Amino acid sequence: MADASLRNARSVPGPAGARKGATFSVRRQTGFGGIALFCFVLLYLPIATLVVYSFNAGNSLAIWEGFSWRWYVAAWNNQQIVETSIRSFVIASFAAVVSTTVATMAALATTRTRPYRGLNFIYGFINQPLMVPEIVTGIALLIFFAMVKVWTGYTGLGYLIAAHTAFCIPFAYLPIRARLENMDLTLERAAADLYATPWMTFRKVTLPLLWPGIIAGLMLAFVVSLDDVVITELVKSGGQDTLPTYMLGQLRRVVTPEINAISSVFLLISVVIVTLFFFLNRKRT
Amino acid sequence: MAVENSPLPTRAAQVAAEADRREIRGRWLLASPALLIILFAAIGPLFIVLVYSFLTPGDYGGVVWKPSGQAWFQVLFEKDIFDDTTTFADAHLSILWRSVKLSLLTTLAALAFGFPTAYFIATRPEKSRDIWLFLITIPFWTNLLIRTFAVQEVIRNEGILNTALIKLGIISSPIQIMFTDVAIMLGMLYVYLPLMVLPLYASMEKLDFRLVEAGYDLYANRFQVLRRVIIPLVKPGIIAGSILVFIPSLGAYVTPRVLGGGKNMMLGNLIELQFGQGRNWPLGAALSITLMAIVMVALMVYVRYAGRSETRHG
Repeated sequence: MADASLRNARSVPGPAGARKGATFSVRRQTGFGGIALFCFVLLYLPIATLVVYSFNAGNSLAIWEGFSWRWYVAAWNNQQIVETSIRSFVIASFAAVVSTTVATMAALATTRTRPYRGLNFIYGFINQPLMVPEIVTGIALLIFFAMVKVWTGYTGLGYLIAAHTAFCIPFAYLPIRARLENMDLTLERAAADLYATPWMTFRKVTLPLLWPGIIAGLMLAFVVSLDDVVITELVKSGGQDTLPTYMLGQLRRVVTPEINAISSVFLLISVVIVTLFFFLNRKRT
Repeated sequence: MAVENSPLPTRAAQVAAEADRREIRGRWLLASPALLIILFAAIGPLFIVLVYSFLTPGDYGGVVWKPSGQAWFQVLFEKDIFDDTTTFADAHLSILWRSVKLSLLTTLAALAFGFPTAYFIATRPEKSRDIWLFLITIPFWTNLLIRTFAVQEVIRNEGILNTALIKLGIISSPIQIMFTDVAIMLGMLYVYLPLMVLPLYASMEKLDFRLVEAGYDLYANRFQVLRRVIIPLVKPGIIAGSILVFIPSLGAYVTPRVLGGGKNMMLGNLIELQFGQGRNWPLGAALSITLMAIVMVALMVYVRYAGRSETRHG
């Protein structure tokens, strides 16, 4: 017993004691740290290469010829890149706002309640887009929207926005639901005790407490929509390229560091949004 | 105390039941916009795919509304146009086999790399765990196309891997990795690795290290503890991670297209081909349903072995 507790005491700092042969730690597994660090290097090596070569002065993707902003300037002056970026941004904004709004409502409908008939059905329905391979959803929408186009004659951006909204809903829903489930009910009860109407309680108590979750959901939905390639590629009509589908098309042709430059900017936007998301989520706990 | 007979509590019960009904109706109403959008722009169209798989292909894409089992026949067999003999559709079968094989290999490789990584994060001090986890999440939220493109930059003949190996004198001419199955697998491993690490970490974070210690007290060595104690305890995470990697790998479209080139297709590319140049929508629909069926089997395995309690980590 004494031996065990002694060992336990030694193993408490765990990682600190994980230095080779220093002390025995129950948490340590031989070689795991090495593999983990190798993984982290592997995860960042390709991205780092991409960013570094976006500043290459030469035409080559492989031979470094000095630092230059020229590919960023080229991308900025490329009419198609600007156009598709704006389109991506418009679609992502619409999809994020709509999906977050309906996801918030759905989260309110499915949390802090006794189980009622259909609750599991609603869960399943909302998470469905996560379980179907993107290519299948894309094909399904291609067929369906082809029919709708014939019936209505409408060929605008609405199809892309609708499709993006649908697959963004689960991504917006999950952080909002998590936030609601961790929320204290007593404040709302207190508000009700003070004769607040349900709507007032919602606006003055629930909503302010829920904001971080909603913002997190909004950002996730935005990033997910911005990143989508497969569904957009299949659903878009002529002349409706988004930045990712434009890039996919370019990859088949001659690739210049211009693609690296756009990728790097894209990367920066995603990283900023995810970092904000991370800190927003951390504040909760 | 004779509750049943007095009119007042019955009335109260009625009011309560009515309020309850109203509340549930309100909740359905709140959920309905999300449900409607998903019904019209995700689930509903899947049924149309099912219907299309039983129709006759049109001449220039699209379908002719005439019932036919032809598409389902074509998934596995082909008829020779000259002598009408039926043989297995080699092209489809090899693509199907490649998809399943590469997805399984990717899942195994992701497990081999992801398990130690998740374990490493779970055994860090509590404060730094978030940072490590964050480092895993960043590449995951980076555009899939860009990540695939970044992998291409590394493994190309003129890429940094070959350049480095040549400069080090290990090889004299570049290794052809691009446009092979290996390239697709490396790409999918790179792209989906975080999907393995995250659920594994969720399981390991809750691991009770007293049990590990008990294992050592009973004279188990590190390997035995890993095999007999840790792995059984984090099994739900292993299954969840494997499913999360296997499903998108199976339906992968971008990675095989960019890294595999035109010849090394996977199921996702074959499906897209039928709706593009192939002009055989029913066949594409039947292949989509086949893909969905494999995914469903995988999900059923998940539900069967991982249990309900773990689903929220997915």
